[in-house]
Amino acid sequence: MASFMSLVIAGLATGAIYALIAIGFSLLWQTSQTINFAQGEFVMLPAFFVLAAINAGAPFWLAALIGLVISVIILGAMFKRLLVDPMLRHGVLPLAIATMALSIFLRESVKEFYSAEASPFPSFIPGTTIGFAGISVSLQHVGVVLVAIASVMALTALLDRTPIGRQMQACAQNPDVARILGIPVERMIMYTFLINGLLVGIASLLVSPIYLAKFSSGETLGLAAFIAAIVGGFNRIRGAIAGGFLLGIADNLAAAYVSTQYRGAVPLFLLIAVILLRPQGLFGKAEERTV
Amino acid sequence: MIPPLARLWQPAALVLAIMLLIALPFGLERYGIYILSLWAVTTIAAIGLNLTLGYAGQISLAQGAFVGIGAYTAAIMTSAGWPLLVALIVAIILCFAVGWLLGYPALRVQHHYLAFVTLAFSTLAFLVFRNEQWLTGGIYGIFGIPRPTIFGFSTRSAQAFYYVCLGALGAVSLMAWWLVRSPWGRAFTALRENPLRAQSLGIDTRRYTLMAFAIGSAIGGVSGVLYAPLVEFVDPTPFSLVLSLNLLLMVIVGGQGFFFGPFLGALIAVLLPEWLRFTKGYYLIIYALVVMLLLIWSPSGILGILDEALTRRKTRRASALRAAARPTLDEGRAP
Repeated sequence: MASFMSLVIAGLATGAIYALIAIGFSLLWQTSQTINFAQGEFVMLPAFFVLAAINAGAPFWLAALIGLVISVIILGAMFKRLLVDPMLRHGVLPLAIATMALSIFLRESVKEFYSAEASPFPSFIPGTTIGFAGISVSLQHVGVVLVAIASVMALTALLDRTPIGRQMQACAQNPDVARILGIPVERMIMYTFLINGLLVGIASLLVSPIYLAKFSSGETLGLAAFIAAIVGGFNRIRGAIAGGFLLGIADNLAAAYVSTQYRGAVPLFLLIAVILLRPQGLFGKAEERTV
Repeated sequence: MIPPLARLWQPAALVLAIMLLIALPFGLERYGIYILSLWAVTTIAAIGLNLTLGYAGQISLAQGAFVGIGAYTAAIMTSAGWPLLVALIVAIILCFAVGWLLGYPALRVQHHYLAFVTLAFSTLAFLVFRNEQWLTGGIYGIFGIPRPTIFGFSTRSAQAFYYVCLGALGAVSLMAWWLVRSPWGRAFTALRENPLRAQSLGIDTRRYTLMAFAIGSAIGGVSGVLYAPLVEFVDPTPFSLVLSLNLLLMVIVGGQGFFFGPFLGALIAVLLPEWLRFTKGYYLIIYALVVMLLLIWSPSGILGILDEALTRRKTRRASALRAAARPTLDEGRAP
């Protein structure tokens, strides 16, 4: 039982990271119909900005800040301006395919220009384990969950409590009406891309100390985020959070109780089952089909 | 109006290309012949995906998995002493059946959801290739896959096996050519353009969606059956998600829904690493960048851009003819 609880807590930590990535993913979908197949690579990349800054002599806190700022600029603003804007007129699928090419581009660039090996990554939180009621818990996992929850709460507060947040929601629900009401829709869409840039940056700072910074780590992270977003429900932030936690826990329990070899298969079966039985996701609302 | 020479250039170019493909091995070294064979094998897989994606409009990120299934079928069966032809038939039936089953999600979900389901299938297939050591040899793979003997002729030499690949490519192309021109092919296109309208016209969209997946997948299996004896070694690495992504990009780059799109896309994807060898590891970076630029320019691929340009030239010529004819018809009116 004690090991079961430890596994669940470790699962919550992975799940919290998945949730952060999945939220950004579904935000982009809601406001601009962008399916970002490069989302996993977006999480892999900021860690290397930070490492580059550290190699240039910056202390860790400054490097982390630089990493976040660069990821907001490059993965937020430049991604939208250079790839999404010119591709959007071609439709959803061509844009999705373009982001697949982008994922290859980012992965190979890191491999060639930085390193093909996994690099250790410093952590804000010490990796010590504490015992609590017979359950051993890694402080790092607790810290990851806390940071992720704080980020999500800040985001929901922004979306629900501020005028900008409400305008962004209006754009997601009905861009035409939002435009008539005088909301600068283009700027709001840009904001969601910047938020996504920040979210993947935070996720990168949280995940890299645990799984190391490696050029290929985006593949699993991206897939996990897609699955979390779809399982939870593509059109709800709440769904992405629930999907992330569910997936993280299922992933960790499967590794311990099913088989480590087929650990990766459990989320996939979850995905196929949800898509076949409840395509709008466990917590999502059904979207009308376009003819 | 059209002079007969202009109408002849297309078949003439085709005959020339076929003759070139037959003659090429005589001017190439072993490695060049290998690359050419690899192109033929890759093109077959891309033709299958083009049927599913380009003609029937169903996105699939699982074509690489079917190439893998075909390759493992060939590897396991020929190692056990069966002839390659039997392995080919088994692989076609197996991939057809699995592709048919994979089509079922496509009946419920479309577009990006379908992309994710097929992506999940691709990842699952990779896990099976890697983990079921008793069957697939796990990460060590299967060595020493023999090349077949056809009508008493051994195809052990690179050149002989190239002609096997080329022959298979020819056969698959003819079949695909016939298919897209048959009522089935038209039903596929109707399915892509407007599924609801297709249904209201009495097309059994359910059956044709499953068919599009099954046939495309079976052709992927054919490609795999040739891949195994070509490389003479099979392990899980080449059949990861990357292959499925690459095949998809090939079809898109060449021009989806164009018959010769896969030929061109595979040519670029197979030859580009060779041409860009001097750039060492950077070729994938350059390739991805070129694909993005091409997609921004036009998502219909290279043949799509050519087709547009040709149509524009034709219209311009026609309007030039009209403009030349106009003054005699109605003088003085502004164009």
